[in-house]
Amino acid sequence: MAFVIPKETYSGKVYPVTIGTGDNAVTFGGENVLPFNGFEGSTPNKPVIAYEIQDIPPSDWPENVKKPFEAVSGDPVKWAKHCQDTLGARAIALRLTGTHPDRENLSAGDAAKTVKDVLSAISVPLIILGSNHAEKDSQVLVACAEAAKEKNCVIGKAQEANYKTIVAAAMANNHKLIAMSELDINLSKQLNILITQMGFDKERLITDPMSSALGYGLEYTYSVMERIRLAALAQNDATMQPPMVADVGMYVWKIKETQALEADLPMWGDLAKRGVLWEASTAASLLISGAELLIMRHPEAVQAVEKFISEMS
Amino acid sequence: MLIIGEKLSIIAKRVREAMMKKDKGPIQEIAKTQWQQGAGMIDANIGPAEDGGEDLMQWMVTTIQEAVPLPVCLDTTNYQAVEAGLKVHNNEWGRPLINSTSNDPERFPMLELAAKHNSQIIGLTVGKGGLPADAEERAGIAAEIMGRAMEYGVPLEDIYLDPLVLQVATSQDHALKVIKAVRMFQELNDPPMKTVVGLSNISNGCPKHIRPILDKYYLTLLIYEGLTAAIADAHGVAETAKTIDIIMGKTLYAHSYLEM
Repeated sequence: MAFVIPKETYSGKVYPVTIGTGDNAVTFGGENVLPFNGFEGSTPNKPVIAYEIQDIPPSDWPENVKKPFEAVSGDPVKWAKHCQDTLGARAIALRLTGTHPDRENLSAGDAAKTVKDVLSAISVPLIILGSNHAEKDSQVLVACAEAAKEKNCVIGKAQEANYKTIVAAAMANNHKLIAMSELDINLSKQLNILITQMGFDKERLITDPMSSALGYGLEYTYSVMERIRLAALAQNDATMQPPMVADVGMYVWKIKETQALEADLPMWGDLAKRGVLWEASTAASLLISGAELLIMRHPEAVQAVEKFISEMS
Repeated sequence: MLIIGEKLSIIAKRVREAMMKKDKGPIQEIAKTQWQQGAGMIDANIGPAEDGGEDLMQWMVTTIQEAVPLPVCLDTTNYQAVEAGLKVHNNEWGRPLINSTSNDPERFPMLELAAKHNSQIIGLTVGKGGLPADAEERAGIAAEIMGRAMEYGVPLEDIYLDPLVLQVATSQDHALKVIKAVRMFQELNDPPMKTVVGLSNISNGCPKHIRPILDKYYLTLLIYEGLTAAIADAHGVAETAKTIDIIMGKTLYAHSYLEM
């Protein structure tokens, strides 16, 4: 008897989410099977990688990931154009780091202006991220959502402490929204419920279960993502059916493994190579656990993961 | 667990009047409420319906399905009325359920209808000779119904076995026997047979304020033993069903799980 591949079928399906406008809009999600298991069902869209840029020069990024952008990173508009035109980015994630009270403490108005400038320079979708300061984000993201009205951006991240104002702003200006909770599947479901109870369409949500870097709790993120995806597919839990984002770069490029010099730790090998590998393997792991949208930094790591996606699909 | 919303019964005065006057308003309102509160199917009980049963069942099925995107459980002993209802049933939202066949030869034609119209069917484990004495007798009757279903060409996956819940006030010992029967029914086939109960029978004849309490706790024990479906008032049992789904790991917990 010929070998027959055993197949799982699921009752649930991940919502497809489209971001951006016109010819350069991209769609991710939409599958009714576990990641890359296209032989069991339908996987209409491949995962999307967004290049991360900042509103202020990346003084806190390690040398190795600062370098590829050194000619452009002094200006978010140039930086965005470089990612789109030279690196072929399908989406750009603008992190408004400069608005954090402990950094430049830029105002919501400053942030809105940066968003407007970047949007007028690019045609690929934009993901607008706050500085992860709950209180400040709720001012900054409201102003930015308005500045980006009708551009079908992603606004992030709404958290338990500040979701109300951010949800209202995303809803009023017709954007998609990232809902982030801190590595807890039940709180992640609860936040999605609270957000949809405000009238926000669950098919416009993106879940961020909180990322981590390889070696720094990646297995927790992996496990939470995997369980979210199983709840979506096997239990047909509509609150867990939005696609998931993995915010990879910011976690990877602050750990020792992406910064320690080879001279200090010779057994760790070439630092340049090590950093790229670390970001790529963290991203690939999170794709396998269920992420549909990745936010990454290093062009070589992005290329490696693009290759991984096309080989796995 | 599947809740089959039971509020549309000819026994209720308001429903009976609406049926007689063919007044869609109250029927659709009740169906909608059941749906919103968690029913996955609506029971349409038109009684024996000897006169005009066909028209009435067709009217009920279309009236219900105009208001809610759910399948209907066709609840009557009138064979022609069931067939008439099946003909107009919209399967877009799920397949209908015939309520019911049993081990009584008069009810065998219902199996024929299920096969002919690709409907699911409830097999009530009673025979012509009165009520079953215990769980074992219920399981014996269930096996006979299953054998007959296969002769008629009804797949076993389309049968919901009903152990017949009796009133706790008059037949207390049967409360436990029914629970045992639900467990035994599932062992009659692989994959396990589906099971259903008419839940409110347990508290029939009891004081009004006790009824929801009895229904709720009885349902808890039945679901724990693997019950697939209950004909019940969604309003009264949704909380129990959702909570047990959480405890049994079938739904992911969140603080607002009752609101979903």
